[in-house]
This record gives sequence, structure tokens and C-alpha cells, in this order.
Amino acid sequence: MAEPMGFYTDTTVCIGCKACEVACKEWNQLPSTNGGANTLSGMSYDNTRTLDGIHWRHVKFIEQFSEDRRDGRWLLMSDVCKHCVQAGCLEVCPTGAIIRTEFDTVVIQSNTCNGCRDCIGACPFGVIDINPVSNTAQKCTLCYDRLQGGLEPACSKACPTKSIQFGTIRDLRGRAQQRVEQLHRNGEERAYLYGADDKMLGGLNSFYLLVDKPEVYGLPPDPKMPTRNLVSGSLYTVLGAILIGVAGIFNFRNRGATQVRR
Amino acid sequence: MNPELSTFFTDPPHWRWLIVLYFFFGGLAGGCYFLAALIDLFSGPEDDPLARLGYYIAFPLVALCGLILTIDLGRPLRFWHMLIERNTLGLMFKPWSPMSVGSWALMIFGVFAFVSFILALADDNRLPAAAARRVTVPRALRRVVAIIGGFFGFYVAGYTGVLLAVTNRPIWSDTPLLGMLFIVSAASTSAALMILLAHRYGWITPGLARLDRMDNWMIVLELLVLIAVMVSLGPVLRAWLNAWGALLIVGVIIIGLLLPLALSWRPGWLWRPGRVTPAVLVLIGGFLLRVVVVLSSESV
Repeated sequence: MAEPMGFYTDTTVCIGCKACEVACKEWNQLPSTNGGANTLSGMSYDNTRTLDGIHWRHVKFIEQFSEDRRDGRWLLMSDVCKHCVQAGCLEVCPTGAIIRTEFDTVVIQSNTCNGCRDCIGACPFGVIDINPVSNTAQKCTLCYDRLQGGLEPACSKACPTKSIQFGTIRDLRGRAQQRVEQLHRNGEERAYLYGADDKMLGGLNSFYLLVDKPEVYGLPPDPKMPTRNLVSGSLYTVLGAILIGVAGIFNFRNRGATQVRR
Repeated sequence: MNPELSTFFTDPPHWRWLIVLYFFFGGLAGGCYFLAALIDLFSGPEDDPLARLGYYIAFPLVALCGLILTIDLGRPLRFWHMLIERNTLGLMFKPWSPMSVGSWALMIFGVFAFVSFILALADDNRLPAAAARRVTVPRALRRVVAIIGGFFGFYVAGYTGVLLAVTNRPIWSDTPLLGMLFIVSAASTSAALMILLAHRYGWITPGLARLDRMDNWMIVLELLVLIAVMVSLGPVLRAWLNAWGALLIVGVIIIGLLLPLALSWRPGWLWRPGRVTPAVLVLIGGFLLRVVVVLSSESV
């Protein structure tokens, strides 16, 4: 296996140009929304609004303004599949369509997915959705085809500010840590890394440098594996079955026949 | 939306009315088979028609479930990918994925439900004579079929709650008790459906009174489990402070559980409803329970 590869996204240098979104759409030949007749969101300068089956990259605009709009700030973050080391989508997928590649990334094979949508609800980050053209679940592949050809993913290649950086996870973590220290030295003490260590789902192979709480960026503060409920949920169901079974045997037992047999 | 809760940052899987119907019919198919097997195994010969009624309900419903699930797929013609790995053509089975195990359980249950359906037809002399002669199965083998089929029937009735729990969605994955809730509700709605149909055919067997009693026990158990679900949801319970919560209280708890219970215990309390009204109310409540559980999380 090749060394684990991924993205490090430094949100402090993102300028919201959406070049990554366009590059992703072009390389992966993703269709436009509503056949090209796009509608404005009406509540944000961001009109992509969400990651889904035809938006595998999404530059989030977090627009924080005071009532009179005299004071405000923009937080910009290019969101993408986190390629979790412990991936909930991969775990629940009943067809084996979701695989882990030799680059330690998570890819949905479109020729195998049958659109059951279990992975959509299992993803802790709300990344996956159905592509209405293929009717299968789709998300970022970390440009698996480009990686196999020795190229870097389209989005990081297109990013003009190096907000999205591609490389080996080991290298990226080192770079990210240096950047956090630099920001701290320069007075931005809120800077921290989200998902860069093994504590969060075994590590996110696409991790982030943030300057506010995860919730502000629409990221879960404590993402978990869907299978956390498997054992307890199953045991309670078995308990229910036992209670019903015992009640049923007690209820339907033919007392007369039992006596005759004795 | 509570910003502290991580399940509120996920996307809904678009499991809507077809899945609600599957959960309802799957519960009825599995529950009716299980009750039929219990009657078959433990009750006297006078209740045999009641057991056969359960088998008659189970097979058409489980076949309908297979159809509903296939239609619900984004790519229905790939339904077999649930069972066969597409690239290697080996068996596709992931014991830690409820949907994977559930697909196998549904198929195995379908086979047993079909066998019991044919046996019931033979017992009722509804098969062509030539075919009926071939359907001679020793009693011991029938018991084995009933036990294994009953196990898988109950699996189908209960795993759907675990399937919801093994996601990251609000409500569904915030309690481990949905499987227990669904399996108890399946037992109660199945007893109600069997009572309803037996009544329609004008049967009066000792088993019918026992089904009635069983249904009442299950309604009480379901009420307790539903309360436990609400307690275990903790702060997420706020997600039901809306029309879904109102539907849960009025449609499920009052109409589907408390009213049939009151009518059974004190038949003259409101009016003399006979057996039909409480059974219909239980079925309505069981359906609305699945509507609320599935669609309330979908709408977050």
C-alpha cells in the first residue's frame, strides 16, 4: 500500500473563489444543478449551499454580521469528504461498493452501488448524497483516477492560495502543525486543527485548520461511528424478542393437552 | 437544532414512504409468522386455522416487502448486489451492517414463509390434488420449519430498528431502543391483524381470545418501551416538539395504544366496540409509529 494521502485545508487563507469546486466538477464531469438553471440561495453569497451527489467540493461561506451590518467577518472553508480512517459509510455499505484504496482514501464504486442510501445517513459529516444522473450515492474520490496516474487531485491543483494542500498525511500533519504555531505566534490563538490526530474516527485524511468552534463551520463537534449502537441496539431487540417469546409461550401453551400427556 | 449534538450535522438518507411501508408490512409479516409458529407449536389442533391464517398473511406481505425495497433502490435492477458481490460474484455478507444481514434475513424468511404458505394451502385442501399429494411433510419437519421461520420472521420485524440506530441521524442513532420498540409493535400489530381477519371469517377459537390477551400485553409493553425511548433520547427529545410529537402522542399513544387498551379492559367504557375497532386502532397506531420515527428524522 502506498503511504496514506489526503488533504490539509487551511481555512485562514481560503478566499472563497470556488476554483476547487469548478475544477472538481470539470474533472469528474459532474452535472450542473437543475440542468444549469441555477437558483440563488437568497440568504448567502454562497449558492452551492451543500455537499451532495453532484457537488463533491463545497466552499462554505460563514457570514457573521452584526444587525446593522457595520461589523462582520467571513469564514471560508472548502468542505469535502473527510476520507475517515474509520469510515462509517464504508462500514454500513451492504453491497461492498464503498472501498478503501491503496492511498487510504474512501471511494464509492458507482458500478456497484445500488442506491440504498444507507451510507448517506451513516456519514457523520453529511457528505454523501445521490447523484440524480447515475442514481447512485456519490462523493469525493480524492481523484482516485488522477492519483493512480501520479497526478494530484484537481481541487488542490486549482487552489490559488494553497488553502487546499495535498500530500502524504504525515507530511501534511507536520505542515499544519507549523502553521498553527505560526498563527499562535502572530496572535491568532484560536487556530487549531480539526481531525488531524487519531482521536477523531481514527484520523481524518482530509483535516482542517479552523479558528472557531467546529459547529460554526457546520462540522460535528464529536463525530462518531454509526456502529456504536450495533451491540446495544441488537441486545435490546433480543430482549424484546425474549419478552414476546416468553409471553407468547405462556399465552398459547395448551394446558389441557399438557395434562393429557402427563 | 441543538448545536451541541453531532447527529444534527448529518444528511437524511431519503428513506420516506416506501421505507415506512416496508417497516410496517415487514413487521406484520414477521410478527404474523412468529405468532402463527407459536400457535402451531404450543396450542391445540382447534387453533390450527388461526396458525394457518398467520402463514397466509406472512408470505404475500414479505413478497410485497421485497418488491417495495427493490423499487426504493436508486438502481432497482442492482438489488442482487445486496447478496452477491458484483466484482467477484462471491457472497456479499457483512455481519456488522444491519442492512446486509437484514437482506439475507429477508430472503431466508421469504423462503420459509413460502414453504409454510404452501403447507397451509395443502392443509386447507386448496392445492390441486396432484400437487397436494406431493406435499406430505412429517410433523417434526413442520416444527423445524416453524421454529426457523419464526426466528427469521422476528429478525425481520426487529432489525429495522437496529438499522435506523446504526446511522448517524438525529433520533434514530440517539437511542438504542428502536429495534425493541419495532419488534414489540410488530407483535402487537400482527396480533391485531390476525384478530381482525379471524373476526372477518367469523371464527371463534380459543386461540383468538389468547391472541386478544397477547395483544393487550404487547400494548402495555410497547407503552413502556416507548417511554424508555423518550427518556433515552434525552435532549434530542426536543426534535419531537413539533407536529411529529403531536402525531406521536395523539396518533400512536392515545389512538393506537391507550384507547384499544381501555376498550379491551372496559368494553362498555365508551361504547361496545367488539373486536374490530381495537384491532383497527392498534394497526393505525403501529403504522403512525413508523411514520413518526422515520419521517421525523428525515425532516430534520
